[in-house]
Amino acid sequence: MKRRTLHAYLTEAKYESLRMLRSPSFAVPFLMIPVMIYLLMGVVFFGAALRNDPKAAIGVFAGLTTFGMTGPGLFGFGVAVAMEREHGLLKLRRAIPAPRAGYFIAKMCMAMMFNAIIMVTMIAAALWAAHLPLGWAQFLSLALINILAALPFCAIGLFIGTLVSGSSAPGFVNLIYLPMMWLSGLFIPLPKSLQSAAPVWPAYHLLQLSLRALGQASAGSVLMHTAVLAGLTLVLASVAVRRLARVG
Amino acid sequence: MNNNCLAELRGVSKRFGKTVALDGLDLQVRPGELLAVLGPNGAGKTTAISTLLGLQRPDSGVARLCDRRQVGVMLQEVDLAPELRVREHIDLVASYYPAPLPVAEVMDLTHTSAIAHRPYGKLSGGQKRQAQFAMAICGRPKLLFLDEPTVGLDVQARQLLWDTLTELVRAGTAIVLTTHYLEEAEALADRVAVLAKGRLIASGTVGEIRAVVGRKRISCASTLAAGEVASWPGVDSADRDRRQLHITARNAEDVVRRLLAADRQLEELEVRRAGLAEAFTELTQEAAS
Repeated sequence: MKRRTLHAYLTEAKYESLRMLRSPSFAVPFLMIPVMIYLLMGVVFFGAALRNDPKAAIGVFAGLTTFGMTGPGLFGFGVAVAMEREHGLLKLRRAIPAPRAGYFIAKMCMAMMFNAIIMVTMIAAALWAAHLPLGWAQFLSLALINILAALPFCAIGLFIGTLVSGSSAPGFVNLIYLPMMWLSGLFIPLPKSLQSAAPVWPAYHLLQLSLRALGQASAGSVLMHTAVLAGLTLVLASVAVRRLARVG
Repeated sequence: MNNNCLAELRGVSKRFGKTVALDGLDLQVRPGELLAVLGPNGAGKTTAISTLLGLQRPDSGVARLCDRRQVGVMLQEVDLAPELRVREHIDLVASYYPAPLPVAEVMDLTHTSAIAHRPYGKLSGGQKRQAQFAMAICGRPKLLFLDEPTVGLDVQARQLLWDTLTELVRAGTAIVLTTHYLEEAEALADRVAVLAKGRLIASGTVGEIRAVVGRKRISCASTLAAGEVASWPGVDSADRDRRQLHITARNAEDVVRRLLAADRQLEELEVRRAGLAEAFTELTQEAAS
């Protein structure tokens, strides 16, 4: 890759991350809420009970980190792409020599950076507030999985963002986001009747990978979960990118 | 496309449903010229620019553009990230170009240094246009597209932008400008293209376009009633302000003779060729009829 093109990609990624960090309606909820809920549920409300049940304590931690990983990608792409299409930004980009992939790469970097920040706060809370019996290697592998896990949610967000208007995008994204939170078993163990449907949600697969990384029992194989998440990312992203190239 | 042409439309037609936006339009942009594209609302100006830029495919005909890395663009109705500062927006767009101007130089040239550190979302409408103009020129474009660049600018900011455009043209940049302000085209354009109903109805220098129209403007201090003068043969319209009578006429000489005969006290007589505004009105009315 030419130096100039690389410079354009890096500049784009820098400003995309900067602007989302400066946007209080985006940064505050996505950076703060996962760790706040974790501190409430895992320490304040149920800390005493969870101290005697490390398996449940790690389950709560894994569920809430997975919850934290979904927001930046889903909303950072879903709402932002829909708004930016409406605001003529994509049209302007096509008129000037902006590298097409730069737009997507910048947003993916932003979502991964947000996930990395959330992971730092969650691991700090797990270590020093909840005192989870986990090692650094486990935390590190969880962090790596979760930072990469921004991508499937970016792809879902992008797909929604190419289909709907800016004003309706938050509603449509929530239509996926909220049921996925509850039906993937992130917060509470699912009743038997709902367990079989959980694999339709990408967050379920990420949760299984997270539990595995933390040495806990998990359903399905690593390969299967990885293939589902990677396949979903590729299919939705390629459909969305094609659609954007056609209709802008 | 030959070297004397940076962008062109040849016989381009474009329909949106039943509406004909462009109807066999020919338009060329040559190096170092400022081309003003004029036309009433719905004439096809924006479609013509979008097609030149490759944002829309023509239904028939050919649209060509020089290397996109040499193109700077300022579109209407683009809303940029409100959280980024003006300097950051310029830096971002500059990163797309192979040999951009230093950001500080762009801000000097476009008089945006004072707003460099302000978030885009906190700018006034006019300041946003100034920031977009800075983004359009930061890549040292050989060809610059400006869609209504001075909408929302105050008189001083507009004059500064005009001065910068004049400097850019002197340095060899070709500029395509659409505008509703005819005085803007009159002040800046080397060439004017007038569109109506998706067709090119006139093209040439401001002087040539004005000459296409035989009308003249006559002004004088007279006590004659505007209504009476308006009914004279050869007079298109007549109106008056507190002191002066203003007449638009096809046959200025005959009208002046009759004026002098009708009002022996008449003073401050002035006859001038119709401006671009009158020419534009006549041309587009003819095209519509």
